[in-house]
Amino acid sequence: MQVGLTHYLVVSTLLFSIGLYGVLTRRNAVAILMGIELMLNAVNINLVAFNRYIAPGAVGGQTFALVIITLAACEAAVGLALVMAAYRSLETIHVDEINVMKW
Amino acid sequence: MTARDWLEEIGKAILLTVVVFTYLAVVTAMLGVYLERKISGWIQARLGPKHVGPQGLLQTIADTVKLLQKEHITPRQADVLIFNAAPVLVAVAGLLDWVVIPFGRLGDRVLIVRDLNIGVLYFAAMASLTVVGILAGGWSSNNKYALLGGLRSASQMLSYEIPLAMGILWVAMVAGTLSTVGIVQAQSINRWFLFQAFPFGFLAALIFLAAATAEVNRVPFDLPEAESELVAGYFAEYTGMRFALFQLGEYAEAFAMAAMATIMFLGGWLEPSLPAWLWLGLAFVAVVVVVLLIASPHMDAVDVPPPAPGSTTESVLESAPAGGPAQSPDYRIPHYDCTLMVAIARSSKPDARGPMPGG
Amino acid sequence: MPEARCPGGELGAFIILSLVTLIPAVVVVTSGNIVRSALSLIPTFLGVTGLYILLHAEFVAGIQILIYAGAITVLILFVIMLTQGGSGVRIRQINEQVPLGAMAAVWLGFLILLVVFRTPWQIDATSVPQYNVSSVGTAFLTDYMLIFEVTSLVLLVSLIGAIIIARREE
Repeated sequence: MQVGLTHYLVVSTLLFSIGLYGVLTRRNAVAILMGIELMLNAVNINLVAFNRYIAPGAVGGQTFALVIITLAACEAAVGLALVMAAYRSLETIHVDEINVMKW
Repeated sequence: MTARDWLEEIGKAILLTVVVFTYLAVVTAMLGVYLERKISGWIQARLGPKHVGPQGLLQTIADTVKLLQKEHITPRQADVLIFNAAPVLVAVAGLLDWVVIPFGRLGDRVLIVRDLNIGVLYFAAMASLTVVGILAGGWSSNNKYALLGGLRSASQMLSYEIPLAMGILWVAMVAGTLSTVGIVQAQSINRWFLFQAFPFGFLAALIFLAAATAEVNRVPFDLPEAESELVAGYFAEYTGMRFALFQLGEYAEAFAMAAMATIMFLGGWLEPSLPAWLWLGLAFVAVVVVVLLIASPHMDAVDVPPPAPGSTTESVLESAPAGGPAQSPDYRIPHYDCTLMVAIARSSKPDARGPMPGG
Repeated sequence: MPEARCPGGELGAFIILSLVTLIPAVVVVTSGNIVRSALSLIPTFLGVTGLYILLHAEFVAGIQILIYAGAITVLILFVIMLTQGGSGVRIRQINEQVPLGAMAAVWLGFLILLVVFRTPWQIDATSVPQYNVSSVGTAFLTDYMLIFEVTSLVLLVSLIGAIIIARREE
């Protein structure tokens, strides 16, 4: 059996679902970030797989995957800086305890 | 490819691994350690290893045998799985560096495990993997010194990765390729990259060398392992072969960095007047000597700036857990560690678990 | 490099890499020990790297290891250790939305799979050019120039933003 586009799409779907589950169920802000990283990775697999199987001559998919990796790094840096700031002022990084803006 | 070809490929891979590993263990770890001790002994006006074997040449082997016999001690409340996996990760990442290093030429074949077309990028990526093992080892030991060492090491290696990549990028741009073999061949057409575009080649080489020294935690960038302050840093709790694996990974990476500097700036194996392998060896040894030894145990460690006025150093020292470095009165903790110690001290509140696996 | 390859070998490699990706990913989202779940990101990212290599995207694979495994994971570990939740077997890591979250994840996965299997993909069977680092570079500086520039701007902005946010107020 040849490995085709569908195989990669299935793997990336599973990875995306796992990441989504992590984002929805975790209390720790850092753990939520980790879930987001998993989802971004799933999207990257999709992009590269489409690049390989639908338009092998072009590199558009890889280009966008690289852009997403860059943005993921930005997102991690800013997100973790926010976590650090929140921890410094509120002494917690559990999102359900960060509720000073909540009425 | 048939199944037989696959088996053949796997067999070749295993064979090459054994060859490279033996080379590393014998040439780098053994002779390198011997050289380091001999030369730093010479600088410090003492003799260095002398008794085991002729001129102490077998000292490293004796040390290895000693390490192999030692008991594996796992600290109580350490995270056993991570504790055991961390040295393996460091050693494997150090060894994987060598996949893209060409050793020379035999007839038409370049002696390289695999000439990847992303060669130097792969090298940088593998070098960056080590950090994870170090951080994991430091955390899982359930020891404050180890954790501090791991965190120091992680922050240092993470920061110096960028200048390292800058040095590599300069070479990649001049050579027009990322493959290590391609870079060496580009230098056969032009000059060595060290002398190319006059000040810039030197600049790139210097940046690479400095960043590489920091990346492998050698003096003067040895804060992570500062023996006088942190016992031994992240591998304080490791014994026997696991300790040796950390050392092996570190030496493998240090020597890979030296080899990379040789390949990128000193023309690799290319030199018309000498046999290729001899030239590569000479250039390699020269860089190793610079990286490992000239910046030897005599230089002061690069220090973190002293705490800013009004910072919380004193209160940190008081609140730091007992047995910490705060116990010795004349000990000056860099500001950087204070942040970490605040974190550790805070986390030892009753309602929250500490950053340590065992609390 | 000849394209002739053993399909069984590729499938085997694919299955192994998928398992290396997915099993640690499950550990990432379910483990009660936050350091363990952060460390489980490493095999996940390495597995994804392997999938990229299977897809002939070597450059993306290299960047993936360099950025994800080497930088982002270390950053995450660093923040975990600087904040209170270093380990915390006793700290509850999951919130009360577990059934809801599981349901949402399963439903979304099911939906995407449905779309994946119902769509007639137009597979182009031509093989990929072997050396694609320079073509990626060329694409960035020609067709995707604007994206490239905007990304660099975003990088700069997030750099400044992260420093300002994380800086201790004097």
